[in-house]
This record gives sequence, C-alpha cells and structure tokens, in this order.
Amino acid sequence: MLEVKNLTKIYDGGVRALDNVSFKVEQGEFLACIGLSGSGKSTLLRCINRLIDPTEGEIIWNDVDITKASQDEMRLIRRKIGMVFQHFNLVSRSKVIINVLAGRLGYVNPAMSVINRFPKSDVEMALKQLDRVSIADQAYKRADELSGGQQQRVGIARAMMQEPEMILGDEPVASLDPVLAHSIMQYLEQINKEDGVMVLCSLHFLDLVHRYADRAIALNEGKLMFDGTPEEIDDDKFKEIYGKEAERVG
Amino acid sequence: MKTQRSLLRSILLGLAILLVLVVYAYGFQVTKVNFAETSSERRLTQLTRILRALAHPDIFEYEQEELVVEIPFYLPCPDTEIVIPEPDKSGPYLVTDVPCVSSKEFINIEGFNLPPDAKGPINFITASGAMLQLGNFEVDDNGSFQARIQIPTRQPVAEAQHIRATARVPIGAPKFTETAEVTWDKIVETVFLALLATTFGTLLAIPISFVAARNLMSDVKSSLSSIALMIIGWPLGIGLGMLANRLIGEVSSLFATIPGVYIGGVIIGPVAAYALVRWALPQTESEQPSRGMQITRIITLLAIVGLLILTFQILADLALIVGQSLVGPLGSLGFLGNFISQLGDVGHMIIPALVALGGGAVIGNTLSSLGQSISDRLSRSVVKTLNIILAAIAGATLFIILALIINWFYEINDPVKIYWWPGGVGAVLGLLLALRAAPKTALPIGTTIYFITRTILNATRSVESLVMVIVFAVWVGIGPFAGALALALHTVAALAKLYSEQVESILPGPLEAIQATGANRMQLIAFAVVPQIIPPYISFTMYRWDINVRMSTIIGFAGGGGIGFLLQQNINLLDYRAASAQMIAIAIVVATMDFVSSTLRERFV
Ligand SMILES: Nc1ncnc2c1ncn2[C@@H]1O[C@H](COP(=O)(O)OP(=O)(O)O)[C@@H](O)[C@H]1O
Ligand SMILES: [Mg+2]
Repeated sequence: MLEVKNLTKIYDGGVRALDNVSFKVEQGEFLACIGLSGSGKSTLLRCINRLIDPTEGEIIWNDVDITKASQDEMRLIRRKIGMVFQHFNLVSRSKVIINVLAGRLGYVNPAMSVINRFPKSDVEMALKQLDRVSIADQAYKRADELSGGQQQRVGIARAMMQEPEMILGDEPVASLDPVLAHSIMQYLEQINKEDGVMVLCSLHFLDLVHRYADRAIALNEGKLMFDGTPEEIDDDKFKEIYGKEAERVG
Repeated sequence: MKTQRSLLRSILLGLAILLVLVVYAYGFQVTKVNFAETSSERRLTQLTRILRALAHPDIFEYEQEELVVEIPFYLPCPDTEIVIPEPDKSGPYLVTDVPCVSSKEFINIEGFNLPPDAKGPINFITASGAMLQLGNFEVDDNGSFQARIQIPTRQPVAEAQHIRATARVPIGAPKFTETAEVTWDKIVETVFLALLATTFGTLLAIPISFVAARNLMSDVKSSLSSIALMIIGWPLGIGLGMLANRLIGEVSSLFATIPGVYIGGVIIGPVAAYALVRWALPQTESEQPSRGMQITRIITLLAIVGLLILTFQILADLALIVGQSLVGPLGSLGFLGNFISQLGDVGHMIIPALVALGGGAVIGNTLSSLGQSISDRLSRSVVKTLNIILAAIAGATLFIILALIINWFYEINDPVKIYWWPGGVGAVLGLLLALRAAPKTALPIGTTIYFITRTILNATRSVESLVMVIVFAVWVGIGPFAGALALALHTVAALAKLYSEQVESILPGPLEAIQATGANRMQLIAFAVVPQIIPPYISFTMYRWDINVRMSTIIGFAGGGGIGFLLQQNINLLDYRAASAQMIAIAIVVATMDFVSSTLRERFV
C-alpha cells in the first residue's frame, strides 16, 4: 500500500507545485491522476521515486517512509518502482536491448554493467520483455530508429526489467495518437491485472481514465480536488477540476 | 523636437567617429606603424634577399662537376704593351673585349666550349689569391656564354691578375640535403608530440569534464557531517595510501631477489584478483547483504587492491628490465624496447600517485558515507554537536593544507604561521558554518566542486601552452617531452571545458529515466551521459588535434622541441634557405593533417 501524507513541494523559484496532498493507493490498484498542465502531476509522480525531493510530507510505501530514505536506500527502493515517461526518455543512440537492460542497473554488479556486461539471464529476460510488448525483432536496432509507439513499448519493457511493484506513468500516451495510446494503455493494464503491479498514471483524456483506471485523483494548482472512482467525475466535479470554461470532450 | 533629437544624434555620431579615430591613431603609435620603413631601400634589399632565399628552400641538391677557366687581366692598365696569350681553342676558354681597365669600369666577357647548361660564378682572382665575385653566368646550348661585369676597386698591381669562370654541371639524380633530412626527423617528432599531447590530454579531460558539468554536479548534495568527514578522510587516505604503497614496495623488492617470481606474480596476481572480484561483487543482487557479508567483502576488496598494486609494481620492474635488455638485440626496432622500459618508468612514477589518490578516495568516500548515515539516523541535537566538532577539524585541515601549499612556494617555514594560524582560522570558520547551518540539510557540495573545477580550468586555459612550456622545459629539459607536457596540460584544460559544455547540453530525459531505475552515479554516466556525448567528444578531440599539430610546430620556439626548434635556430643563424625548407614542411604537415581530420570528421560524425 502507498500512502501519501500532506505532501508539499515548493520549487526554488517559490512555485507551490504540490500543496498538502494526501491520498492512498491500494495494492494492485490502477490509479489515474488528472489535471491541467502545470497542476503538479509530474511533480507528484517524481516525488514518489524521489527524482524530486519533496519539501514536506511523508510517502509511506510498504511501511517505509520514502522521503526519509538515504541515497543508498533510495536506490534500492527505486529499483522496485518502474517509470514510463511522456517522451519515452530512451537513450536514443543506444541499442534497444541496452535501453531495456538499463532497467536492471539497480540489481547488477555496477563495475560489470558500466562496461556493458550483463548476466545472461538478464539478456534473456530483456528479450522476453521485448517479446511481451511484441517488438523482440527490434532488439538490436538503435532506439531512435523506432516509431513513437515502439519507443514507448521499449520504455515499458525497461520498467518491467526492474521487476517492479509499482509503475509510475507520467502521461505515457500524451505524445501518441489515439490508436497507439490504447495499445500502450492495454500493456499497462495487463501488467496491472496479470502481475498485480500497482500503477499510478497521469492521463490527459477522461475516456482513457474511464476505460483503464480503478480510481482517479485530480490536481488543480497543486491541490487535491478529487479522489474517487472515475464514474464519480460528474459535470460539477469536472468544472472544479478543469475550471469554469472547460468543455467536456469525448 | 524632432530636429533637436536628430541634431543630438549627429553630434553623438561625430563624437563616436572621433573616438574611433583617436583609438586607431593611438594604435598606430603603440604598434610603431612606420610605412616609410617598408619602402626604404635598405629594407627592400633585405626583404628581397630573404624572400629569394625562402623561394630556394634547402631541400634538394645535386652532385656537381666543376670546370675552371681563367684569363689573365690587368688592373689598372700598365704602361707597357700587354700580351694576352692566345687561348687553346680546342678546350674551354674565355675572351674579354679589353685586356685591362681601371677600377669600376665594365667589360664584356665571353666563354666558349663550355659544357652546355652549366652555371656558375665569375670571379676576380687578385694577385694575392683572394676571390671576389663579379657575377654569374649560364652556358647556352652551344657551350658559350656572354656576360657584362664590373671590375672591382683594387689597389694598383703591376702584374697580371685573373678572371675566372667556374662552370658547374649537375650530375646524377637530385638528392635530399642534410637540412631536408634533419627537417624530416623533426617533422616526425612534431607529429608524435601532437599525438601524445592530444591522447593524454583527452584521456584526462574526459573524467574532469563530468566534474565540470553543472547538470551532473548540481544534485550532488551532502550533509555537513559527510562533507567534513570527506575533507578529513582524503588527506588521511592519501597518507595511508602512500604507506601501503611503501609496504607493498618492500614486499615486491623481497620477491625481486628470487628469479621467476616476476612471471609468476604477473600471472597469478590478476587471476587471483579477478576470481576475488567475481566472488566479492556478485553479478546480481536482489537483497541487501548482511553486515558481516559486507565487511568480509570490503576486506576482500582491500586484499584485491593490495594484490593489484603488487602486480603493477612487479610489472613496472619487469618492463624496465625487459625493455632495457631488448634495446640491443632489437637493433633498429630498439625504440620498442625503449618504449617498454619507459612504460616501466611511467609505472614507477604513476603507481604511488594512483595508490595515494585511491587511498584518499576510498577513505574519503567511506568516511563521507559514514557521515551521511550518521546525519540520517541520529537525532538533530547529536548531529549538531557532531557537526560542530567535525566541521572545526575539517576547516582546520583544509586551511593547514592550503597553508602548506603556500608555504611550499614562499618558504615561510614558521610553524605558527603555517599550522596554528590557518588551523585556528579554519576551525573557527568550520565552527561558524556548523552553528549556522541546520544540522541535517544537504549542502550543495557538487556545485562547489563544479565552481572550483571550472575556475582552475579557466585559469589553466588562459595560459598559452607556448608559455607553459617554459616551465616544463626547466623541469624536464628543453625538448619534445617538455612540449608534449605543456600541450597536454593545455589540452586538458581546453577540452575539459568544451566537453563539459556538451555534457551540460545533453537531454535530461534519459538521465532521469536511468536514475529512476536505481542506477548509481557511475552507471548513470555510462548509460545516460556517455552515449549522448560520443559524437561531440569525437569532433572536439579532432578539432583539438588540429590545434595541437599547429601548436607543436611552433612550440619549439619556446624550448618545446619539434620542428619549431630547428626553424628558430636557422632564423637566428640567418640561414633562410634552411628555414624555408622547414616552413614548407610545416605547411605540408598542417595541410595534410587538416585534410585527414576533415575527411575523418565527415566519415564518423
Ligand atoms: N524544476 C522546476 N522548477 C520550478 N518550477 C517548476 C519546476 N518543474 C515544474 N515547475 C512548476 O511546478 C508546477 C507544476 O508542474 P508539473 O508538475 O510539471 O505539472 P504537470 O505535470 O501537471 O503539467 C508548474 O507551475 C511548473 O511551472
Ligand atoms: Mg507533466
């Protein structure tokens, strides 16, 4: 179980990106996070794996407070948290298989990994993960030779190499067209339902939220505006989350 | 209103033009511009002489056959009748239109039956045997020549003097002059000087560039106790490293008396080290190992390091011996033997430094992570007290080290001034910092290191290698080694800056993605940074290679060896034909290397 308590993040410039946010995520849950651009979704997700250090508050996961973990402990925690990004964040000049193997970095012998030596079992695992997202044949291409949808599947395979207990998705389908978006969301759904991995995912389109999420939270200017099932987002709630002028589409 | 403004603008413009004029006028003054000098006759003849010499580079020469023909000549005309004997017209001979003149007059001279295409000087041979050059001649296809020459001013002499023509004919193929051969040797030296400087400069610049990149360093933050312990740990570790090196050195010299141990040590050392590494650092680790296991591993790793140091020391000894004994038998490939023994020497020089630095790094980092975990675990008040003590010690350590460095330059040698004062000031500063800073906040140590590195790099880069080489020439002697060291140092400073700017401009996305997998710093650099910077690093290295080739051709002017040394010598000796050969060589080398590197750049970048 993940429990976020009174989380606040104030950036150096003074922007209050998260303002006293609290919520819980159950084991095996698929949680969607919605809100306008700049509402603090990315900040929230990055606080959970401490790519960003929160200013105040606690993040309790499996009875450990992530905000208090030392750097070494944090590396051990991070390897159990996979992350998928809007712009895929692959190392574009490296081969696909290397990008996927990078997911093992928290586990393998650091000295061997920096000279690109991975255990055989890890290489087999990488090929299996690529196969799972149906791009095993692209394994030895350079990452930037792949299309956007394929790159995001590499991103998912990389996250899966961590044998994660939680996956953070920062608008993983926002730069893909709707058809590809659904295929990527289906992989995340599969990981969530079959492997029981908790998924926290920020999404732009409400139809995706309805279709894939068990529960949703909404942020507006860093404040938690909503916490409930997708069905509970009625027109009033919608206006609260997205502002008075917003029109519902889709 | 409008006219007023435009008036003001015109005045300002006028003033600006005036100012520019004044600036340039002053520039003419200080650079001693003197166009009259450029067209003075004396300067022009000198210029002509030099340019002609430069146009005749001393590269090729022929073996020549000389044929000397003379004709008697009177200067001035004697009172008695002159009888010039009839020349033997079957062989080469000279004819003058008059048998005698007074000084400064012109005569016509002709030569016949000379070897076609021969060239040479016409000389006046005085009664005492002195030789004065009157002019040159070139023989036509028929074997004859005509020339008009001026008879020199001489004291009157009664008897006959002589006019001599020396006809020279090249025989055989052209061959390189000695100058050309020396120039070639020096060109080779120059190119290798540039190669070594670029290689070693690049190798050092790469790791430094990561430390000098803001985006990599800005998130390196540590608590005060960690930083303080690091500052204390480094000198401690360096000391321990030197001690360890000495102990291991004694062990290896014990071995040295037993023959055969060398080979054994060189083979067994690495094998044992590899096996131990495989054991101590398992391939994959899903669980945090137990304390006992961790300690055993650390001890094992220390043993491995000791073993490796021993191996390297033996290897260096071995290289020295083997290299020297190879120089003789290898003959013309003796430089290979020399190279091996030089490697041995480099090893002897570098191993102690590496071990000392390694010791510093290990102890410094261990203490620093100890400090971090103390600061993470203990209560605020305990941490605060500890911080105060540690920061005071660290401040004192830092300032005493700085004072010792200053003392090395200025030889103050007063214990009060180099220990007590700096120690006291440092301790007080550390104390103040510890009192002011909140006990557990992470201080931006990475940014501090970044600024210090950048400052050192900028300072180093602002000293031209042509100036640096002066210091190195004093240290290691005038020659190419001094030049290579100076160029390498400048290369490190210049490349590290260029490289680090490339690191700063990489995409942050992959960086955060790799970080999110739980990778450590080394892995982050290897997986997210390195792939992104390879192309710019290659192109900057080639760019630097071009610069180093150019610099290596002139670094000899300041004592750095290579072709510049030769060029400067010849300019000082006024041997412009030799200088010309060297200038041409420089031009060819620079142009060739430019071409090669631009071709490579097109191919690879
Ligand atoms: N590194 C940063 N420094 C300062 N302000 C930031 C930084 N990153 C984000 N912000 C600000 O924090 C707020 C939340 O941003 P973000 O978490 O990226 O929102 P979202 O992902 O929902 O678009 C925005 O106002 C943004 O401008
Ligand atoms: Mg965002």
